Amino acid sequence: MRLNGLADRAGAAIDYQKLVFHYQRSPDQAAPQPVRRPVAIVGAGPVGLALAIDLAQRGIPVVVLDNDNTLSTGSRAICFAKRTLEIFDRLGCGDRMAAKGVSWNVGKVFFRDAQVYAFDLLPEAGHARPAFVNLQQYYVEGFLAERCTQLPLIDVRWKNAVSGVEPHDDHVVLTIDTPDGPYRLAAGHVAACDGSRSSVRRLMGLESKGRTFRDRFLIADVRMKHEGPAERWFWFDPEFHPNQSVLLHRQPDGIWRIDFQLGWDADPEVEKTPEKILPRVKALLAHSAMKDVAFELEWASVYTFSCQRMDSFRHGRVLFAGDSAHGVSPFGARGANSGVQDADNLAWKLAAVLRHGAPDALLDTYAREREFAADENIRNSTRATDFITPKSEVSRLFRDAVLELAKTQPFARSLVNSGRLSTPSTLHGSSLNTPDADAFAGAMVPGAPAADAPVTTRDGRASWLLHELGDGFTVLVAGTPPGALAPIDGRGLPVKVLTVSAEGADLHDTAGLLASRYDLQPGTVYLLRPDQHVCARWRAADADTVAAAIRHALAIA
Amino acid sequence: MPLITQPHLDSPDDFYEALIDAHRDLTTEASHALNARLVLVLANHVGSRDVLAQALAAARGDASPQACA
Repeated sequence: MRLNGLADRAGAAIDYQKLVFHYQRSPDQAAPQPVRRPVAIVGAGPVGLALAIDLAQRGIPVVVLDNDNTLSTGSRAICFAKRTLEIFDRLGCGDRMAAKGVSWNVGKVFFRDAQVYAFDLLPEAGHARPAFVNLQQYYVEGFLAERCTQLPLIDVRWKNAVSGVEPHDDHVVLTIDTPDGPYRLAAGHVAACDGSRSSVRRLMGLESKGRTFRDRFLIADVRMKHEGPAERWFWFDPEFHPNQSVLLHRQPDGIWRIDFQLGWDADPEVEKTPEKILPRVKALLAHSAMKDVAFELEWASVYTFSCQRMDSFRHGRVLFAGDSAHGVSPFGARGANSGVQDADNLAWKLAAVLRHGAPDALLDTYAREREFAADENIRNSTRATDFITPKSEVSRLFRDAVLELAKTQPFARSLVNSGRLSTPSTLHGSSLNTPDADAFAGAMVPGAPAADAPVTTRDGRASWLLHELGDGFTVLVAGTPPGALAPIDGRGLPVKVLTVSAEGADLHDTAGLLASRYDLQPGTVYLLRPDQHVCARWRAADADTVAAAIRHALAIA
Repeated sequence: MPLITQPHLDSPDDFYEALIDAHRDLTTEASHALNARLVLVLANHVGSRDVLAQALAAARGDASPQACA
């Protein structure tokens, strides 16, 4: 089918795993000289599609090149974090994701047969989105693809495999193999969202470097009728799978994800067979309330992983995002989530450079900010992996000591690490932040992703802060009547001023959570970037002060 | 806060005896496990990341203990 065919089938039950998109010859293929396009995105996975939507929403035409013509095979990434859902909201498809996904906030950790620890990732009320939804990657890609069909600026080209990358000063020439033979395209910028085995990275002779862990894991997605709680369950050394770990997640459509640690000596080909998998699943079920439940195997895969990243996410006019730029273990759900956050960071910057004349240096900040975030993700992921898979006898000794103590000693529970689950990075020290000159309490420091809060709009509609933010910069002004701030120069980008908690204000702070989360006082002003990160705040500010912070956030010297 | 390296135990000989007693009848393996639990319990009591970094350095015999970055 054509991508647009998806739109016609909206609402129907679509088996996203079985969709096959038609290769369609582009007029660019017959052009005597490479046709120039502002942006080419390589890879139509969650990161590439999110970036395409974001850029198109900002008025930038994009060509998306994918070497295949199907969506994700198997469920792959399944845990999508609150911040990712908030980005999907901005991209116009958050409701679909949240409605289909299984929401969860609670995780439980077991050692042998006893529960030693439970955590609640969203212990406070007043957020539009849950801490996580579990949703198969093919749904995420399917819903993103459907959103693409509503945006005429997106041109997705299936069966277009990049086989050559030729960087120039002001563009990149891509050689692209198709069923009709190769053609060349001149892209102003290239976003390499083509996964951990990125062809763009390889063709440019670049590497992603780090640690590969000597351990193997089996993913088994099984379909069964069981109404268990939507929680993340993690076992260390359970009786049904001794000396290894097991992770259980519930997905939509009655599918359960089970992740068995196998050890380095396991034979991946043998372990992938149903004869090996079925007894493992049966052993788990026999030790649970799910005893005797009938199940069928939906999808299985044996994997290893590395914690690694590229030294730089920017190489001239080629920008790397998602798994091509960085890799982590699955424990913590920091792969796809951080990739979507890369797209979130890159899109507005690329649009500001291409449409509003922002300096090229703004793109360097994409690399610096997301390298910083990748380091945080890799650090968390590596620590979890060292806990789950101890690398030495003494590491194992301490790991087991922690688990043993966790049964009775509350302090030890904070050391139990079955994966620190994805939260967005606060971009401390980013060159785009205007450092605080005034005293503030709370977490909304410059660089922080804006926290959500329930609000009521001036016309009495119940909403959420994040849903009310603008496409460009947003200025939150507390306790001052509308119009008190003179118009602000956004250097071509829209500036939305939202007054809060004053007579006739744009937003009413329904539960008082806006004031407490942002430490608002009368006169407080916050400046939020187009990707909803705080970049400046003051106890009092005029339009010139805010405009200066906007210039700073656009890397205008 | 600097790590206390001057004598600080209420009753050194009593503590030492209690420490050795705690390991009585344990296999080497079980003793190692006990020590690991003991380190964790004491570390939590200390709490300070800086003091613990100095303690780790002191235990390793490092010349100039570095505070955590």
